[in-house]
Amino acid sequence: MITIENVSRRSFLQGMLSASGFVLCARILPRPLWAEAAGASPTIDTTAFHPGMFVGIQSDGTVLIVAHRSEMGNGVRTSLPRILTDELDADWSRVKVIQGDGDERYGSQDTDGSHSVREFFDAMREAGATARLMLVRAAAQQWGIPESQCVADPVHVVSDKSSSRKMGYGELAAIAAKLPVPKKEELKLKSPQEWRYIGKPAPGSDVSDICSGKPLFGMDVRVDGMLYAAIAHPPVLGGKVKSVDDSATLKVTGVKKTIPIDPFTPPHAFQPLGGVAVVADNTFAAFKGRNRLKIEWDNGSHAAYTSAEYKKQLQETARQAGKVIHTVGDPDAEFAKGGKIFEAEYFAPHLAHASMEPPVAVADVQADKVTVWSPTQNPQGVQEQVAKALGLKKEDVTCHVTFLGGGFGRKSKPDYAVEAAVLSKRTGKPVKVVWSREDDIKFDYFHSVAAMYIKAALDDAGKPKAWLQRSVFPPIGSSFEKDAVYSGAGEMSQGWDVSPFDIPNFRSENGQATAHIRIGWLRSVANIYHGFAVQTFANELAYHANRDPYDYLLTLIGSGHIVDGGTQGPPGMADKYPFDSARLRRVAELAAGKANWGKKKSGKGSGMGMAVHRSFLTYVATVVEVEVDNTGAIRIPHVTTAVDAGIVANPEMVRQQFEGAAVFGASIARTGEITATNGAIDQSNFFDYPVARMNDAPYQVDVHIVESTAPPAGAGEPGVPPFVPAMCNAVFAATGKRVRELPLTRNGFS
Amino acid sequence: MIHFKVNGLDQSFDGDPEMPLLWYLRDILGLTGTKFGCGMALCGACTVLQNGTAIRSCTKQMGTVAGLEITTIEAISSHGPHAVQKAWAEVNVPQCGYCQPGQIMQAVSLLSSTPRPSDDDIDSVMAGNICRCGTYQRIRAAIKEAAKERA
Repeated sequence: MITIENVSRRSFLQGMLSASGFVLCARILPRPLWAEAAGASPTIDTTAFHPGMFVGIQSDGTVLIVAHRSEMGNGVRTSLPRILTDELDADWSRVKVIQGDGDERYGSQDTDGSHSVREFFDAMREAGATARLMLVRAAAQQWGIPESQCVADPVHVVSDKSSSRKMGYGELAAIAAKLPVPKKEELKLKSPQEWRYIGKPAPGSDVSDICSGKPLFGMDVRVDGMLYAAIAHPPVLGGKVKSVDDSATLKVTGVKKTIPIDPFTPPHAFQPLGGVAVVADNTFAAFKGRNRLKIEWDNGSHAAYTSAEYKKQLQETARQAGKVIHTVGDPDAEFAKGGKIFEAEYFAPHLAHASMEPPVAVADVQADKVTVWSPTQNPQGVQEQVAKALGLKKEDVTCHVTFLGGGFGRKSKPDYAVEAAVLSKRTGKPVKVVWSREDDIKFDYFHSVAAMYIKAALDDAGKPKAWLQRSVFPPIGSSFEKDAVYSGAGEMSQGWDVSPFDIPNFRSENGQATAHIRIGWLRSVANIYHGFAVQTFANELAYHANRDPYDYLLTLIGSGHIVDGGTQGPPGMADKYPFDSARLRRVAELAAGKANWGKKKSGKGSGMGMAVHRSFLTYVATVVEVEVDNTGAIRIPHVTTAVDAGIVANPEMVRQQFEGAAVFGASIARTGEITATNGAIDQSNFFDYPVARMNDAPYQVDVHIVESTAPPAGAGEPGVPPFVPAMCNAVFAATGKRVRELPLTRNGFS
Repeated sequence: MIHFKVNGLDQSFDGDPEMPLLWYLRDILGLTGTKFGCGMALCGACTVLQNGTAIRSCTKQMGTVAGLEITTIEAISSHGPHAVQKAWAEVNVPQCGYCQPGQIMQAVSLLSSTPRPSDDDIDSVMAGNICRCGTYQRIRAAIKEAAKERA
């Protein structure tokens, strides 16, 4: 049915006990909620102590580690378990990773915001160190010697320092299981010099299963007696079915019935969109039946949304004074002095996630219990939303997390799992809801469209004395609050509220915009458009001042300072993760050096561009090289990225994430554009929403990781934001054509 | 009734002739290694071999498979990992992994017709397979690795 092994906490405990193993305690750290979009996160009691979650040891010595966060190519089934394994002094080759079900006692399982390692680095270490100490104590007890005489050395055994005797972890597991769990104060964590796995590159745990086509993904789930469903969603957000003729549908071989799905009550949040479901005995019959439905829709108020008109409104708003977000010095006084002013407007369109596996979920509703299998970034969200839709308690919903065929933020919104649950309840059978690619692209939670305006007053050397930046976009908050028109703190913290540059007078502003389609977060979120605007503007200023763009960027950053103000997150966050622009400068220098900046001549169709950006607490600099032919076709022979992500758990995974981010960024920069006409999305599949393929992706991406002792930051997203402006800046260097509006295909390039 | 072979075994089908091979493999036979990505032969996630050559199973209708020999990802490693799969592991290609069975089947097909492919050969053949995680440079490296192994 499916290869991925899920385990609920209860069965894990029982399994462990029956195998004479033991289960350990780990303190669950509270999630820094500040990174969440307004209203997007469930409230979890993060102060409670929830024991026994992450690790067990079987009597044969096999170490079982629960991956409680979702695997979507982020490498989390490798990076977090290896941290625990390291502190446990266990042998990685004897570790088996098991996927955790949705369970709030794990702490946050919402796998977005690039925070898996950041948030669980300490918890994994503590869990491993707890287990190690219990094993050491078990050996001491067994041998009747002081604990201090026993040591876990080198791996998977406890040794008696005074003799040659050893006991394996498997032998000790049953004894250790009966010991009291040590307090956190008793733990001795390894020093970084003693780390065996942390910071050392390792390939993914699941490569062989993936490459042999094992059923790992949500799309691969098969349950006995399962029906398949496809849903005709309202083409316009908030639309309702006026009438439906399903006579042709019901004639399709394999179609069982059609079932209406209720429209949502605003705000839509994670509720299904509504529409008409076609239930069949295979996916194709459901799709074919769906295509034969004749539905008359009441499209509602969003049918007036046409993105070309909307763009003009956003741009107009961006030209007016907005809501002040953050001010440094007195920019108005500086602008009032007159002198050299440079200003520019930027625009970035909506984007769709387009993960390779479209949304899919299987649900089995039995009396008052529900089991869901889903590729979800947010299993606790699945529990909550399914429970809410069926009038059950969250605990009555079991969510098995499968592998995700990509997520990028889309799969933290569980609307599709709710659809499966609603249909299972209606049919009395397990139901698999399969979204087609067209469903995926037309009914996404879209990355926001944004218009930005930036103005600078320049000194004689072309350096800004004052800087004003204004950003206007329909906010993510609109998905959770009906009338939200201003940005939440989340989007403003993403490359906008404060400046990384050394500018004495600065103000950031936000203008209002009403959403007409579902807005959500997509890999690196508002950093995409904000990074594009700020880093393109910086590049424009460099040319305006007749300076080398890299040298000029260093001038803007200055020698380095702590950037104060803006969204600093919960108490202690800014102390642990100060915004230190010296680290930004360092990655810029590293990337420029590795890319041989300045040693290759730009112009005549080839050029280098650079951008820097800090997001998800990680500092990144990217140099993109392009070659543009006389038809405007762009090749990307080389990308050089330098990353300071603090302590890195698994450099191999970080490298993969940044290689991938360059490709993801290339899709955004070159072709990424979602538009709407009369409320309905114009694009539908990869022919009209193209993404980077091998022949137009960067040929070679080199990733350089800064050695750091700073706490772990983020890796999944921070590579995307600097790539886009770096590529556009390279296009300018190559062709002299400035790109102020994404994507490049809107500027005569391909 | 249509007769054909899947992974060496005789199969027959008398259902809707418009059903794509993809959904027959996944929903009827339970061979879920072949993935659904687009349904329009645009992404390559559904790539299988038809008499040894890569095709997109999402647009191959069941009405047209009579007499064909279809090979899926599940069958290429029946005698231990295929050279392409070994290379994929060597280079640590996958991220999410969803597109990789299709990429691997396309690469197997490429190497059987072009044992020592150039960058251009690889690009032109593999451009039909989308990887949204962006593993392309590793795919290219792994194909070269597999070509070396087989030489």
